[in-house]
Amino acid sequence: MAIPRFWREIDSRYNLVGTRCGNCGDIDFPPRSVCPKCGRKSLGKMERLQLSGHGTVVSYTVVHDAPSGFEAIRPYSLAIIELEEGARLTSQVIDCDPAEIGIGMPVEAVFRKLGEEGESGIIHYGYKFRPSGKAPPMEGQD
Amino acid sequence: MAGEVAIVGAGQSRFGVLKEGIKSLFAQAFFECLDSVDKGMDPRQVQEAFVGSMSFGGGQLGNLAALMTEQVGLTHIPARKVENACASSSYALRDAWFALHSGMLDVVLVAGVEKMTDLPSDRRRYWLGVSGDTEWERLAGTTFAGLYALMASRHMHEYGTKRESLAQVAVKNHRYASHNPKAHFQRPIKLEQVLEAPMLAQPLTLYDSCPVSDGASALLLTRAELAKSFTDSPVYIQASSGASDFLALHDREDITRVDGTVKAAKEAYRQAHLSPGEVDMAEIHDAFTIGEIMALEDLGFCSKGQGGVWTLEGRTEIGGDIAVNTSGGLKAKGHPLGATGAGQVVEVFKQLRSEAEKARQVSGAEVALTHNVGGSGATVAVHIFSR
Repeated sequence: MAIPRFWREIDSRYNLVGTRCGNCGDIDFPPRSVCPKCGRKSLGKMERLQLSGHGTVVSYTVVHDAPSGFEAIRPYSLAIIELEEGARLTSQVIDCDPAEIGIGMPVEAVFRKLGEEGESGIIHYGYKFRPSGKAPPMEGQD
Repeated sequence: MAGEVAIVGAGQSRFGVLKEGIKSLFAQAFFECLDSVDKGMDPRQVQEAFVGSMSFGGGQLGNLAALMTEQVGLTHIPARKVENACASSSYALRDAWFALHSGMLDVVLVAGVEKMTDLPSDRRRYWLGVSGDTEWERLAGTTFAGLYALMASRHMHEYGTKRESLAQVAVKNHRYASHNPKAHFQRPIKLEQVLEAPMLAQPLTLYDSCPVSDGASALLLTRAELAKSFTDSPVYIQASSGASDFLALHDREDITRVDGTVKAAKEAYRQAHLSPGEVDMAEIHDAFTIGEIMALEDLGFCSKGQGGVWTLEGRTEIGGDIAVNTSGGLKAKGHPLGATGAGQVVEVFKQLRSEAEKARQVSGAEVALTHNVGGSGATVAVHIFSR
């Protein structure tokens, strides 16, 4: 991914910053500039919101046939996670045996390396999740 | 609205790992289609062309439709590429359907073409992911197998869907493909082979996945009142519908269903004045086996959660409640992205005219449905056809 395209989303990738619609109260992650439910009524009312990083597993898989850039870490666990605020995201689940992962399992966000742009390119950092209670949760900076 | 557009010709190249490039594949599909018009058609009667393609690999990203049509002698007509992920040629069909409905045109070509197998593997992996959510899914390491695996895990959790049900989709569709000389895979497989194949994304193995295929498909459409001058057995389009959804799977309300399919199907049945039980056969989007099971439910053929049971009980086979993917489906006939949707209609055209190979002909089929999905469900098209 090109540097500007990654840089633009750094707040959310590093610190789990989402948005709350000032009209209906729905919470979105990643941030949206328009609420899909409210449309025009939400314009200018999308508030930044620091998410806690605590959530539960909605579904999970273990990827063995990896896309480019992920070959070195395969197999790896992937999950759709519902955050306690209600928004959902997709993330790797780390620091545990894939067999430990189950639907409904509590997880927490941690800051990790996601990948890099070739051998001498920039390194991408962002969130991954791990089973809750393994260490103190990620501190937000907002 | 229903039945005002007819298909008078349909043809396709073989789907598979082929030596030919897009020009040759397109020509094979076009001329087979032209030759299938019973009373003949002068290519100069084709007024406009709608060509579905992803331009996989970026070989001919721009001006693809002009290139494809000039290769077969269709010069100086308006031609455009229609791109909508894996549902590209189903949307080309829908656009052509609108054009004929408008009364501005009488005869049009709908086609699809994709060349996928001649890229280096890292480029191929990149292109296979381009219809996913790049910033928030792919960056986490998703693949399409991974996304469908997430749907499968949740479906198994909520409805008790068995691993064997998924595998049975592959077994059934390989069996039908073995009777389809145009199919990518020509051999039946056993349930154990699916279960024991290399893992792509748990619980899906290599045999739960469609292959990467080359291929092209073509249809000739006319306004219904003109159809009989081309053939005594046209196939009528009774409904055309589509729906989009959130691109990222995690943004959808319930990942055990595809809302785009639910919505598009409802609209299609409304247009056609038909209920799901009146459909004799369906070509549905089984890029991954769980996709067929969920679509059986979302299209209303069975109740929610029963797709796996129906599959294991043989209710989706020829002679069952509804014959599903008699061509072999994407799973075994192959999935050359842009050619897939129009390719589903090629099967419908043959089935409704009783021209399919005997071992997979649905006897007396009168109503057929096609279901084509882009990506993990962000784009869906549903069409209903009748004799």
